[in-house]
Amino acid sequence: MTKPFFDPAQLKKRHRAERRFRLYGQLAIGLALTFLLLIFASLIPRGYGAFQQTEIKLDIVFDAGVIGDGGPQADYQKLARTALRKIFPTVSGRKQKRKLYQLISDGAGYQLNNLVKADAGVIGTTRSLWVLASDDVDMYAKGNVGKDLEEGDRILQDIQIDWIETLQKSGQMEARFNSRFFTLGDSREPELAGIFGAMTGSFFTLLVCFGLSFPLGVLAAIYLQEFARKGWFSDFIEININNLAAVPSIVFGLLGLAIFLNFLGLPRSAPLVGGIVLALMTLPTIIIASRAALKSVPPSIREAALALGASPMQGVFHHVLPSAMPGIMTGSIIGMAQALGESAPLLMIGMVAFIVDIPADFIDPATALPVQIFIWADSPERAFVEKTAAGILVLLAFLVVMNLSAILLRRKFERRW
Amino acid sequence: MYVTLNPGKRKVVERVILWILILSSTIAILTTIGIVLSLLFESLRFFRAVPIGDFLFGLQWSPQTAIRSDQVGASGSFGAIPLLAGTALISFIAMSVAAPLGLFAAIYLAEYASKRMRSLVKPALEILAGIPTVVYGFLAALIVAPLLRGGGEQMGFEVSSESALAAGLVMGVMIIPIVSSLSDDIIRAVPQSLREGALGLGSTRAEMIKKVVLPAALPGIVSSMLLAASRAIGETMIVVMAAGLAANLTLNPLQAVTTVTVQIVTLLTGDQEFDSPKTLSAFALGLLLFCVTLILNVIALRVVKKFREQYD
Repeated sequence: MTKPFFDPAQLKKRHRAERRFRLYGQLAIGLALTFLLLIFASLIPRGYGAFQQTEIKLDIVFDAGVIGDGGPQADYQKLARTALRKIFPTVSGRKQKRKLYQLISDGAGYQLNNLVKADAGVIGTTRSLWVLASDDVDMYAKGNVGKDLEEGDRILQDIQIDWIETLQKSGQMEARFNSRFFTLGDSREPELAGIFGAMTGSFFTLLVCFGLSFPLGVLAAIYLQEFARKGWFSDFIEININNLAAVPSIVFGLLGLAIFLNFLGLPRSAPLVGGIVLALMTLPTIIIASRAALKSVPPSIREAALALGASPMQGVFHHVLPSAMPGIMTGSIIGMAQALGESAPLLMIGMVAFIVDIPADFIDPATALPVQIFIWADSPERAFVEKTAAGILVLLAFLVVMNLSAILLRRKFERRW
Repeated sequence: MYVTLNPGKRKVVERVILWILILSSTIAILTTIGIVLSLLFESLRFFRAVPIGDFLFGLQWSPQTAIRSDQVGASGSFGAIPLLAGTALISFIAMSVAAPLGLFAAIYLAEYASKRMRSLVKPALEILAGIPTVVYGFLAALIVAPLLRGGGEQMGFEVSSESALAAGLVMGVMIIPIVSSLSDDIIRAVPQSLREGALGLGSTRAEMIKKVVLPAALPGIVSSMLLAASRAIGETMIVVMAAGLAANLTLNPLQAVTTVTVQIVTLLTGDQEFDSPKTLSAFALGLLLFCVTLILNVIALRVVKKFREQYD
């Protein structure tokens, strides 16, 4: 062999290749983590604004001449309009007045109506109240739509912007905490749209989902892990579970539509059906996690129980299952978190309708958190972008809480044998 | 409490419980049967109206049927090829993001990273898979797509506001952890002796990984890619929100394409009459989707199983 066995130049090249290779790995991880950061960095500032809403302080005269004895049909909006006119007495002419009235939301009327409903004594008095500004004013006040467009291309005209600035200077317009977002259902008016309806819908859906998938999943896991003899039957079940775990979620929606809605005639848009479909989807997750948890319980526990005279079932239900519970719960919470974020199958069974009322039970028409986000993302109004991002923040907050509790549960109760 | 005086009774109870357990575990089978039957049944009704050949090989997709119900023969055309092409295009873009990033991340985590770094980075990456898809859809439609459009305009490209690129890129980020997690597991399952052999013969770590570890782990890596691809094909919300509705047969990632899942959602949300081929076609698409993803999954699971048997 004439070529030297050890060539320093060659070695340098090889070491450079080594460093390059390492760098690729670091770059890949760095990029992936950057994406993660970017996701949160782009959502938080966009959604944060929706937790505040621009309101206008008005001296409302509850004039019995306008609202009579305070029935629901009375023109409460007019009270707010009159109060606004008092701040800008120089505004005259129908066109200008209409522009002025556009500053306040239609929700202002409801607000005043609710006030009268709660206490009829306010009729005839004057109250200084914060009422909702319209979504266009809100967007302007938050700086989401600028003045730089030509007047013709803007929703707000110059004169309206002047009014807004006057109100802001006198402290009669400010952004206040938007409790409506957490207490109301959906609305066509962005400033009145809330996430509570969707949260309730998600709650009912998850309740059904958990009530079905947890017992079924745990029982199935017990059978497969503790009692099933190895054979074609248990193999077949196992193949089924593994494949179900990878079936696209929308296919479960088709199943729900064809079987639960069309064949069994269950109600459309109901959390009941949504919960059943999501339960079928999360079942594989729960079974796989429960089996792993059962598997980690050492055989000595079973043997000890059997030796002391327990039947096989007693051994499993009284001794093995309690020891495996933390692991099972962790898996179930993770499964529920997946179900909470799932929207595609719910679209198929009609949980995507526009629903204003808060659902009261399992068969009321409802929507779910992620579907609400989808509906808002599809809405053309600029103000809904903010609502969408805020809805996402709420959804992510729930997911973080669920996953954290799963991790804590595991940390606290996990036993090493 | 554990002492039962009547052993016969105890046996009966045990039997009953056992049957409850068995019944619970058959739910998985029932679900699969339910999926197959419901898809098959509605699809057969669809294929009575539209020949299966036209569906699988037709180049034209426009499910809008006649306006008046008494118009005969004015039904739309149901060729699935443009949808399949759109799905393939978006999935390809997603995979070209997720495959290199996921694989290199997995290699680094399995071979180079310290234990501490691993325990921090791995869960962080998995957050990407835990973020609901509707969130990715929002990002794709309202943040990435306008950015691409603006960027494209400055460079003189015509970018559609519902470009395949935006949906594909965002989907790619979502499936990074699917590739990285499984590949990482597989790479770590390669026996230590192979590594030591390679290092002992004087190779650098990179050479050891490239020439010994990766070839040994190849089946597992391939199956992680298959699983990721199957996830991309079946992904719904991102494409519903960020991809288009028009069925263009194109390979240009800057144009709008539509996918199988987008069409299923558009066909089945809103009012529907259950007899029109328009509605039924969604189930035929669902069947197609189910078959494709099932084949990918079965192959992937098989390959992984073989791999594990080889080294365990």
